[in-house]
Amino acid sequence: MNQTAPRTEPIVLVEDVHTYYGKSHILHGVTLHVQPGEVVGLLGRNGVGKSTTLKTIMGLVRPSHGSVLLDGNAISGLPPHKLARLGIGYVPEDRRIFRLLTVMENLRTGLDRNGVTDERKAGLLDKAFTYFPVLAERRNQAGGTLSGGEQQMLAIARAMMLEPKIILLDEPTEGLMPRMVSQIRQIIDVLHREGVAILLVEQNVPLTLEASERVYIMEKGLVRHHCAASEIKVDDPVIGQYLGV
Amino acid sequence: MSGEALNDVRSPANGRAAASAPVLKTELLTVRFGGLAALSKVNFEVKRDEVCAIIGPNGAGKSTFFNCLTGVLKPTSGRILFDGEDITGLPSNTISRKGIARSYQITNIMPNASALENVRIAAQSRRHAWNMISHHSAFPDINEKAEAALQSVGLLEKADQLAANLSHGEQRNLEIGIALATEPTLLCLDEPTAGMSTAETHDTMQLVRRIAKNLTILIVEHDMQVVMELCHRITVLHYGEILADGTPEEIQRNSKVQEVYLKT
Amino acid sequence: MDAVAHFFQSIPVDLLIIQTVNGVVTGMILALVASGLTLIFGIMDVVNFAHGELFMLGAYVGVLVLTATGSFWIALVLSALIVALLGAAMQVVTLRPLLGRDSLNTILVTFGISLILQNYALWQFGPVARKIGEPITSHFNLFYLTYPWYRILIALLSAAIIGSFWLFLKYGKYGVWIRATAQDRVMAQAMGIPVPMVYTGVFAIGAAMAAASGVLFAPLVGVNHTMGLDWVLKAFIVVVVGGMGNLGGSIAAAIFISLLEAYAAIWVNPSQAVLVSFVVLILTLLFRPTGLFVPTPK
Repeated sequence: MNQTAPRTEPIVLVEDVHTYYGKSHILHGVTLHVQPGEVVGLLGRNGVGKSTTLKTIMGLVRPSHGSVLLDGNAISGLPPHKLARLGIGYVPEDRRIFRLLTVMENLRTGLDRNGVTDERKAGLLDKAFTYFPVLAERRNQAGGTLSGGEQQMLAIARAMMLEPKIILLDEPTEGLMPRMVSQIRQIIDVLHREGVAILLVEQNVPLTLEASERVYIMEKGLVRHHCAASEIKVDDPVIGQYLGV
Repeated sequence: MSGEALNDVRSPANGRAAASAPVLKTELLTVRFGGLAALSKVNFEVKRDEVCAIIGPNGAGKSTFFNCLTGVLKPTSGRILFDGEDITGLPSNTISRKGIARSYQITNIMPNASALENVRIAAQSRRHAWNMISHHSAFPDINEKAEAALQSVGLLEKADQLAANLSHGEQRNLEIGIALATEPTLLCLDEPTAGMSTAETHDTMQLVRRIAKNLTILIVEHDMQVVMELCHRITVLHYGEILADGTPEEIQRNSKVQEVYLKT
Repeated sequence: MDAVAHFFQSIPVDLLIIQTVNGVVTGMILALVASGLTLIFGIMDVVNFAHGELFMLGAYVGVLVLTATGSFWIALVLSALIVALLGAAMQVVTLRPLLGRDSLNTILVTFGISLILQNYALWQFGPVARKIGEPITSHFNLFYLTYPWYRILIALLSAAIIGSFWLFLKYGKYGVWIRATAQDRVMAQAMGIPVPMVYTGVFAIGAAMAAASGVLFAPLVGVNHTMGLDWVLKAFIVVVVGGMGNLGGSIAAAIFISLLEAYAAIWVNPSQAVLVSFVVLILTLLFRPTGLFVPTPK
């Protein structure tokens, strides 16, 4: 479409990536990019490879072909814990909070990095509790006792403790009540204001079109459509074609 | 050897119902995991020789439904009737013998055996299962059956190839062949085109069209093109309940379904 | 009824108390050995067949350091540190490359290492058992016995080591890392936790615990290249009965089994009393395979 090539150096650049799970060829040559501070949506039905794309960026799966660049540096092949420290935050589809650790301990896993002073740690925790007051209330409770929506907030707050340049959000509103969905929407705005780039994988089309600056639509392991979010509405035939029934 | 060879020797079921009666029927099928209802009072029917799809967003209950049908999961309440017989809660090997076969999302083939051997073992489960001494060549009907199954899935030329050396698409099709060799009345396909390219998907669709003669097929799929083109009927599941049921055209025009998929 | 009453009257109370003390002492050492084993399994999913050899090596290093410095306590500390480093090297070289593979691979590797270490010890130190003297030789009167204080000391030290490790796990910075890695290795990595290093650290800690138990126990039996074998078998039984990966469970199981054996030794030959641990193992596997001291699985 109009904006195929990035104008400035993107924070994340995925080029012609092919990923397999065993013999199953999931990504057939995905190309996309995210600019610093941008919110980019990634839409598509179940099973098209959206989560696999995020996992490839996070180093949880290795691509067999193609490249992934972070801030201009090749990162495919690096272990996930290095990528987390280089500035990629990952919020997976099933949240995956540490159920037996308390809320506080969950947040600490992102705080105990080299070169972070105690003041900065305290500041980050303060920020987490300000943005998510419910987490402050439950700070000494085990993660597994939180409700679905609270776990989602904890998962996002935990990623924020890494002070990331980009956060990979995988279906943050799945299974949540409408009230929680709008809270997530607000959180995405907050992150955007902080200058954190976001790659948002979602099945919720209206929310994604509202929150994102650009959207990619995937089908069968490839990007099929790419445009500015403002150029497309929910009832656009393209949406119906790739996402509807 | 065509699909007819498979048809001839299908094992007779007890008390076979009339041709227009449903092959499969569920009544108020419910599965609860603790407080969560994965399936809630599902009343579902498939008629003989229909090709039916079950679609729905993530977590709608599609896999749970298949698991109940094939005896992998015991439902909390409700009944499943197969050809008029209550099969609720029966173990999977019994259900398989009654005529329900399933292919899985993650391929279940034996990588170190040839394609033919993979299929032949499934064919043997139906006849001569207790004869452990004779060589397989003593049972020509089994080899015929196995070759017929391979032929239906387009793998007859690769009969002697190690299953591990087949391409992904071919392996998925081999799985369908294995299921076919058990001479089922009802074939359940779990995301048969997952991980396939457009070309492989097209091939699998042709395959399903071929074997659909004289076989009742249930498919769980995410690929809408496959679903729309192959199926007589589509059932939409949402949060464990049936949201809509009808022909592909009816489902496409159904605004509630569009709402659920697009979350508008 | 009469026979039962007679039976209970015939048990000498003082012998019972002596055996209780013995049971607890042995139990605490067993707990220390088993803790290392269950830690390594619980966090890394590795069944460490070389654990008994780390125990044995710890004892031998203790002998060497004791001879060099004359101090039991320095021997204890130094032995734990040296074997910890050895364990770390072992893990990095042989186990790290196997991360994510079938657990049969790690079993074979650790079994192979145990054979290597045993034969190395035999070659290096010879077949004659070495001796470590106890650091304190005073006794106290326990009924008609003069009971060595050292045995009580062993129990206390083991408890202290296990206790301080538990505190570290619960409150220490790296303790959180270890617990997070044990719960979800992949997500721990996604949070920046260097999981391969955590694994090496855990293995080193387990090795240190084994070595410390080796040094502590050495004055009671003498140090030779096969001393690991008896202990590792018992330790595995304890780990299974206590619930694999369950630290509290293995401590409880260690004391439970040791007490039962000590009591059994009142009536039967001590070498027959070991049968008790096997009976407990079989019963556990039959009726509560997830572990006797594990809350009932829902």
